[in-house]
Amino acid sequence: MSTTTLAASAATEQRRARRSPGGPTLSRPGFAWALPATLFFGLFALVPLVLVVVLSFTSWAGLGSPEYVGLDNWQRLARDPVMINSLWLSVLLTALGVLVQTPLSLLIGVWASGPQRNRAVLSAVFFLPLLLSATAVSVLWRALLDPNFGVPGQAPWLFGDGNLFGSRTGAIAVLVFVGSWQFIPFHALIYQGAARAVPAVLYQAAEVDGAGRWEQFRHVTLPQLRNAMITSVVLMVVGGLTTFDTVLILTQGGPGTDTTITAYHMYEQAFRSFDFGAGAAIALLLVVVATVISLIVVRVSGYDKMRSTMEGL
Amino acid sequence: MKRHRPNWIAGIGALAWLLVVGLPIYVMLATTVQTREGYGRNGPLAPPDTFTLDNYTGAFDEGFGRYLFNTLVVTVSVVAIVLLLVPPLAYAIVRSRSRLTSGVFRLFLLGLAIPAQAVIVPIFYLISKAGLYDNLVGVILPTAAFSLPVCALILSGVMRDITPDLYEAMAIDGASPARVFAQLVLPLSRGGIATIAVFSALQAWNGFLFPLILTQSDSTKVITLGLYNFQTQYGINIPGLLAAVVLSMVPVLLVYLFARRALVQGLMGVGGK
Repeated sequence: MSTTTLAASAATEQRRARRSPGGPTLSRPGFAWALPATLFFGLFALVPLVLVVVLSFTSWAGLGSPEYVGLDNWQRLARDPVMINSLWLSVLLTALGVLVQTPLSLLIGVWASGPQRNRAVLSAVFFLPLLLSATAVSVLWRALLDPNFGVPGQAPWLFGDGNLFGSRTGAIAVLVFVGSWQFIPFHALIYQGAARAVPAVLYQAAEVDGAGRWEQFRHVTLPQLRNAMITSVVLMVVGGLTTFDTVLILTQGGPGTDTTITAYHMYEQAFRSFDFGAGAAIALLLVVVATVISLIVVRVSGYDKMRSTMEGL
Repeated sequence: MKRHRPNWIAGIGALAWLLVVGLPIYVMLATTVQTREGYGRNGPLAPPDTFTLDNYTGAFDEGFGRYLFNTLVVTVSVVAIVLLLVPPLAYAIVRSRSRLTSGVFRLFLLGLAIPAQAVIVPIFYLISKAGLYDNLVGVILPTAAFSLPVCALILSGVMRDITPDLYEAMAIDGASPARVFAQLVLPLSRGGIATIAVFSALQAWNGFLFPLILTQSDSTKVITLGLYNFQTQYGINIPGLLAAVVLSMVPVLLVYLFARRALVQGLMGVGGK
């Protein structure tokens, strides 16, 4: 993730600052400048992160005070078939999302970074879904795919009986499709930015070597987009595992519990069954799983060793 | 040496994606100007044979104006908090030599990875205990807090590009940190400040999770919740529902027209750097 890069560059920056005479420390801001934002952020993001651990060992129905119940929530979750199924579903939906979105975002992003005519106008339209809220996108597609009044009713040759939301496969396909429709523009933007930064000399050198368009893409563009790809995949994984509003609006976790992913299960446990202890436990599990998978992606890809994309320059 | 041989496959692919994005948006717009009966008769794909704006006025009859106002209050407040807190924070991140500050920067980077879902139960707990449940203030505070990491990242990236010579020149003049901030850092990072304003506004405008769990009555509903409500209550009235969706997008599109550059840079800054 870009965070690693930035942390590293911040560290070198500070080392440099300490070594060089620079300006006198007098004209440098102290920690006090960062204090208000830090306190505010701590109160609403870091304190809750600690609290979620505490609450996961309590029973709380939303009124009164939470009561310590030890591992009770965790034991109940371990026996809850919906919970176990939801984890698999989350992973499945996330994996499908990454597989569908990555190649398409890559192609669109690289295309949008090129010099085509009308590109500016086209890419403005391309990126429209970025602006829509997940709510608006979900409501729109729920209406367009409505079994009675939507597109499927008009194209039985494509959609069969037209009730996409009535089968497990159909509901999962809808979630993957709508997720891609909404997020491909964002990831394409990441690739576009990275593709623009590829030094032109590399293409010139490839040209001299007689590389065709495909070879240039394969041997110059792709390797140069490595870091962008890791950033994008990590964001997809974290985003995919925590998808929630889309499921709430499109499928309500159904049919049955066929699309009850973990984040949605947490919402149901906490805010519909008023079992906030169990909700906290699921939330904690979600953070741990998302973090672990992100770390695996970063580790497997070698990103943590900061392999430079400037190799070969 | 860029060749200008047209790449037909890429061109066709680009047009295909244009259809995938453009067609649903066109169908949505066409649907909203039809009567319910006309839409029922023609379905989503046929050209409309009726024209009416009743779906739009209907949305206002259902309380859309109130939701619009609430969303505006939330958005303006979130942007105000972000603009108040992030520039000094980014300034400290870039210029401070205190070890505490570099620790703080790591904290915000960590915060970048915390999904809001992870903490909604404790936030619900905190907001209830503070007596802010079903109050817009209770929505504004966590929404602003969750905008801070990304905005800090974007703005500190921009401030890092200010050349050290300028700081040195001001230091030689004996300028205090506050003067450096006011006369050098703020003016030179205006673009970045615009970006974080647009970015946090977009997040606040489109926010759904915090309003969903932290408000309940009609008087505190924001637009996204209004849409969700329309959908569950008037799901059959598709032209009316989609008119509300279009209305929810209009302000964002207006901002996009005027601040496209700032927004795109901000979005690229999230991952592209």
